[in-house]
Amino acid sequence: MQSKFNGPVYVVRDNIDTDQIISAKYLNLVPTIEEEYEKLGSHAMNGLPESLYAERFVKPGAMDSEFPIIIAGRNFGCGSSREHAPIALGAANTQTVIAESFARIFFRNCVATGEVYPVECQGRLCDILKTGEIVTVDIDTNTLTQAATGRVFPLNQLGEVRPVIDAGGIFEYARQTGMMPKVA
Amino acid sequence: MTLTEKILARASGKARVSAGENIWVNADVLMTHDVCGPGTIGVFKREFGKNAKVWNRNSVVIIPDHYIFTEDSLSNRNVDILRDFAREQELPYFYDVIDDPNGHWKFDASKGLMKKQYGSNYAGVCHTALPQKGHTRPGEILFGTDSHTCMAGAFNQFATGIGNTDAGFVMGTGKLLIKVPATMRFRLEGKLQPGVMAKDIILQVIGEIGFDGATYRAMQFDGPGVASLSIDDRMTIANMAIEAGGKNGIFQFDARTAEYVDARVKKNGTKSTYEPVEPDADQTFVYETVIDLDKLEPTVACHPDPGQRKKAKELNHIRLDRAYIGSCTGGKTSDFVEFAQVLRGKRVTIDTFGVPATPEIVHDLQTTRWGDRTIWQILEDAGVRMTENAGCSACLGGPVDTFGRMNQAGLKCISATNRNFPGRMGHKESQVFLASPATVAASAIAGKIVDPREYLSN
Repeated sequence: MQSKFNGPVYVVRDNIDTDQIISAKYLNLVPTIEEEYEKLGSHAMNGLPESLYAERFVKPGAMDSEFPIIIAGRNFGCGSSREHAPIALGAANTQTVIAESFARIFFRNCVATGEVYPVECQGRLCDILKTGEIVTVDIDTNTLTQAATGRVFPLNQLGEVRPVIDAGGIFEYARQTGMMPKVA
Repeated sequence: MTLTEKILARASGKARVSAGENIWVNADVLMTHDVCGPGTIGVFKREFGKNAKVWNRNSVVIIPDHYIFTEDSLSNRNVDILRDFAREQELPYFYDVIDDPNGHWKFDASKGLMKKQYGSNYAGVCHTALPQKGHTRPGEILFGTDSHTCMAGAFNQFATGIGNTDAGFVMGTGKLLIKVPATMRFRLEGKLQPGVMAKDIILQVIGEIGFDGATYRAMQFDGPGVASLSIDDRMTIANMAIEAGGKNGIFQFDARTAEYVDARVKKNGTKSTYEPVEPDADQTFVYETVIDLDKLEPTVACHPDPGQRKKAKELNHIRLDRAYIGSCTGGKTSDFVEFAQVLRGKRVTIDTFGVPATPEIVHDLQTTRWGDRTIWQILEDAGVRMTENAGCSACLGGPVDTFGRMNQAGLKCISATNRNFPGRMGHKESQVFLASPATVAASAIAGKIVDPREYLSN
């Protein structure tokens, strides 16, 4: 499985709730219907107010984001239990969210769906990094490296949730480990 | 063990569980609705097969409530997906918007947003409808595809919100792997004073511990002050455990709980047996605090998160564009009664929207008379735009034609709802201030945020 992610980061602050990750008006889209899954990706992070986030996560008209890595502050993914949130990020080609802390249901939904790796950092990377700068995240060595400076920041281990996300979510993990029959 | 630990131990077949332990629990009820139900059903069919059956047809409760009174065709379709599934699985507890089991739901905007457009089975907002329809019982495990599922903790049960994938798993197996949360204790003492409501208690608590102060934790509300709180009050408090990041909120069991639950299961013919939990003498907490209800004052959570606590009387400088009463947490009969007590004989000065949580509440308000006017009429006399179309409505924004939705930038709304992150009630550049129904009513009269105690008649 991929353990290194490289590319430009999109930086957000504290308390990015699920409405900001995927606006409630798009909850009419059903994630298990393929074309609606893709549409969810095109709306990822669209609930961020323009007054605070002039640079958009997904450019108008695009289906995917140019930012494979999101850097956030405290309590990322708070608010509703909508699984549309990690799914929208995954559908927009986000690979990992690095946050100071995560809200519980969002974290669990990331794992259950296997859509993105929710990784905790130590301290406020969201104050240090700027949207657009390049980093490398390595979930084997639990580090984030800032390309411009070579500075290395420690990340917390994903621990026992990592193999579940590697497998592609809770059901795939259950099949791979023999907890469920291979074919339904 | 704490109340939460005792329920989880029972549901996992263990004598004891402790905080941090990962355990498999058996679910008693799985609830889903129109925005997460279709995805949950999609996961269930993808993973268990297109001919799979739910683990227990009496345990799956489906309550469309979110995007109902909208012309958005995908939203209307989502209600049809639920109906098809309920018919295929022969689910007895599907609270459809329409009466025809083979029909299609289509909202007709030409009939207006105010007059009721639902059939006899429609139940309204899921968290308020669950107890009304006899699906909440002490000691049980309730999973729901909605973060405010924690509201049912008012009934001495473990109730928490989950995503579609986990819900699909529960739908097929009746089980879920969960981590036992450590418990925070909020011991309530004394009694609320006039003009102060249950909403003020929970806004006080969230302000105290912060927007993520209960992440991965259970919030246990107990102590002598609970006895004076109505079931509606307890629901308001448990509902907002999630706004501090809590996994669940839970209340002790007492005669009021029994009276409510017994009446509702009897009325609806749902399962009538249950076993409440009492705390052990040796229960341990990660946090303990005492809330003196006598000292609480009307409280507001300011934009942009539920932890931005201020006293209402400190916010007179905030001018408002609109006021809103409704939702699971703030659209119950008792909420409208308190709201009407402030508004009776007065007029609102800003756009004010009233959305009862359920059809039963609409009925209560339209049949309860104060003198020669019903509460409904008293609110209309005061200038409140009351809709009969009970549901989640603009609490979470929803499609652009949703009743009460804030569709313009810059609007400021005071609301009896439960969440106020940017864009929650519509436009992402609008602002929401959370408050009790009494504070919302007084502020609707004043056109700015005020302390409702200055507006109490008698």
